[in-house]
Amino acid sequence: MNLKVMDILKKYTMVFALILVTIFFYWQTSGKILLPQNINNLISQNAYVFVLSAGMLLCILTGGNIDLAVGSVVCFVGGIGAVMMDKSLNVWFAVVVMIIGGLLVGAWQGFWIAYIKVPPFIATLAGMYAFRGLANVVLQGHAVGIRNTTFLKVFGGGDECYVPDFFGGSGLNTTCMIAGIAIVLVYIIMVVIQRLDAKSKGYNVTPLGQELAKIVVISAVVIWIFYKLANYKGIPAAAVWIAAVLIIYAYITTRTTMGRYLYAVGGNEKATRLSGIDPRKVYFFAYVNMGLMAGLAGILVAARQVGAQPTFGQGYEMDAIAACFIGGASAYGGEGSVFGMIIGAVLMGVINMGMSIMGIEANYQKVVKGIVVLIAIIFDVLSNKKKK
Amino acid sequence: MGKILLEMKNITKTFPGVKALDNVNLQVEEGEIHALVGENGAGKSTLMNVLSGIYPYGSYEGDIIYDGQVCEFHKITDSEKKGIVIIHQELALVPQMSIGENMFLGNERGKKNAINWNETYGEADKYLKMVGLSESSRVLIKDIGTGKQQLVEIAKALAKHARLLILDEPTSSLNETDSRALLDLMLEFKKQGMTMIIISHKLNEVVYVADKITVVRDGSTVETLDCHTEEISEPRIIKGMVGREFTDRFPKRSGVEIGEINMEVDNWTVYHPVYAERQVVKNVSMNVRKGEVVGIYGLMGAGRTELAMSIFGKSYGTGISGTLKLNGKPVTLKNPREAINAKLAYVTEDRKGNGLVLSNSIRVNTTLANMGDVCDRGIIDTDKEYQVATEYKDKLKTKTPSVDQSVGNLSGGNQQKVLLAKWMFTNPDILILDEPTRGIDVGAKYEIYCIINDLVAAGKSVVMISSELPEVIGMSDRIYIMNEGEFVGEMKASEATQENIMACILQSGRGE
Repeated sequence: MNLKVMDILKKYTMVFALILVTIFFYWQTSGKILLPQNINNLISQNAYVFVLSAGMLLCILTGGNIDLAVGSVVCFVGGIGAVMMDKSLNVWFAVVVMIIGGLLVGAWQGFWIAYIKVPPFIATLAGMYAFRGLANVVLQGHAVGIRNTTFLKVFGGGDECYVPDFFGGSGLNTTCMIAGIAIVLVYIIMVVIQRLDAKSKGYNVTPLGQELAKIVVISAVVIWIFYKLANYKGIPAAAVWIAAVLIIYAYITTRTTMGRYLYAVGGNEKATRLSGIDPRKVYFFAYVNMGLMAGLAGILVAARQVGAQPTFGQGYEMDAIAACFIGGASAYGGEGSVFGMIIGAVLMGVINMGMSIMGIEANYQKVVKGIVVLIAIIFDVLSNKKKK
Repeated sequence: MGKILLEMKNITKTFPGVKALDNVNLQVEEGEIHALVGENGAGKSTLMNVLSGIYPYGSYEGDIIYDGQVCEFHKITDSEKKGIVIIHQELALVPQMSIGENMFLGNERGKKNAINWNETYGEADKYLKMVGLSESSRVLIKDIGTGKQQLVEIAKALAKHARLLILDEPTSSLNETDSRALLDLMLEFKKQGMTMIIISHKLNEVVYVADKITVVRDGSTVETLDCHTEEISEPRIIKGMVGREFTDRFPKRSGVEIGEINMEVDNWTVYHPVYAERQVVKNVSMNVRKGEVVGIYGLMGAGRTELAMSIFGKSYGTGISGTLKLNGKPVTLKNPREAINAKLAYVTEDRKGNGLVLSNSIRVNTTLANMGDVCDRGIIDTDKEYQVATEYKDKLKTKTPSVDQSVGNLSGGNQQKVLLAKWMFTNPDILILDEPTRGIDVGAKYEIYCIINDLVAAGKSVVMISSELPEVIGMSDRIYIMNEGEFVGEMKASEATQENIMACILQSGRGE
């Protein structure tokens, strides 16, 4: 029994860390951190972290490889979109160009990394400078505002960037509440179906008590978040995008062959190659995908900031990398999950927000962030050592 | 009888699950060249690692008495301080640094924060002269050949004021002339009073330089032969090396019909991927029939793995030439994927390095080489994957609570079974098994042999590469003998004995 508790503690270390950190800030900010508005901000402000981390996670899985260029790419793509909309081009055309721009950047970097074997650190460092420069060229060194309301609404910027309340009414946002309940129901139904299916085929299933506890905790958290959001302005548009990205990437990493190859290449590249899988294609995929996510993040950031300017996205790459590593992705590759990365991103978000509310100076905030990342990595290294 | 410089008494060293050394005793006299011989895995290198402190005091049982004192070495520098210097089989030099820098690496001349380069290069040149190298010590390591690099290693050892020099397979990467020069250098050092221990597979070299020969077999010393009091011949040494009894170590195979030729390789030549002028496999021709187990015997470094991997979709080497025919038709396999599609499987000797993804589960590893059969348009059917992994787990009797267990937590024998399962799942016609029983215990070995028998009974062909003679003889229908990149003999298993296989290798070595 004791051993089991230790196992659970170990498996969900970062979840417990998140709970402890939240409790700490709840106490320090006398509850302000959990106000509906702050929950809302936590999601909207960190939308880019979630999206970029999804891309970054795949790169890290292939062997601890990172992409330093994403901050510059976010700025570059956002700049292209802002300029296009400033020239009154069709908004959807602009969005498609931004996405393709991201993909092309990814293909450019992926080619050098996968096929020419340029170390990812160097290839993306080059990209970091080059795309920052190009972003400046596109923006001609100025800030360019976005006035297109469709764009802002859809991608979560401006004032009305919330999923509209179809039921109207004042006070509690009914649509938001219903969405929350629906998500919980779908989740429970899926778990039950999977369980019955596994049992009928005679597979091992997690003990009922453990499964129930998990359902209760997850459902309670979801309902609680949606209740908070309903008390504010409803579901932020950015949250829809985040949810879509996270669900898709959770699926890719766990259920598709490409996801499997990412782990395999990161775990043992030679064995993967001898298994008839071309590691170069896997690296290329990871970086093209990173480009796609950088493109999407560029769109979300441009919408949130209602425009683009040459200094956009500085340090975003580090936020994404930190989220993955705090979330338990191995710096040597082959280990990590979307769930862990979500926890990592939320933990970083909570620490940022908590310190801001407490009025801690920005410079000290950076020190704390740095220490958190270091602790997470030390934990990874030590637990790996014990395994050997 | 001279003074005993080194005595190792009742040394026992265990690794998890394996007794690598069992009560080993070794006596080395001052000023002699003492040879250690034995098969791969007999424990020679382990013994030397115990002596030099790589396995620290306390991790083994027994005593090391050196120069009349009982020694407790905790790390390599402890033993080096006493003048015991080991030169490993793989050269430990930094290619981008100069000879002089390499010689004093970790032992820099001058003060701690100010290296005295004049002294470094001056001293280095002095030692280089002693080993007969005319190069300046400022030349970079990567600019001199392997033969000279080996001499630099020896000069490096001399610079550490070695009294007892241990050479682990010093000639394994050298050609004939360089080897001879090295052996003569050893004899020269002996005249100057140096004591040396040499580990070698090349028995002709051993007979040439050694004063005494200690034979190690299965982790214990069998006998010590004195070359001065009795006439020592190579067959006499071989008798000591392989003279073990074995009965019923191999399951009987009966009623398996040997059919048509399945795979044929002709004039297969492979060059080293980095040193492109070096031939690793030379003009090899072989064939395998349906239902047949073909053994390839050779010592480490004979080119067996290189041969197998170059056949398996050119996954090793450059400049590969020769023809490969499968079921009578010539084919070219450009990468492992094409080889798998052509129903070839290569089960690597290095299961941790090249075979398994240790951080992943049994389930994931089992299907990795054949994902197509458990997925639909890129989406994995986890159910089917689970079934497949469980089926193979039961079939091969892999001991594990569940197929979701991570492979890194399994024992060597069970890892080997997962690796076999992975390749059996690709449904191959021809399996190349490279050292399928390396580093696993006797019971698991027997089970692997049974799996091999089942495979050929199902009409598949098995090529088994091994450096364990009894295994090759006990399991194969036909045996190819490989030495230094070439096939030097072929015989039916029924005609093969350990002595005549070893004789094959020795004759080829002499022919050069």
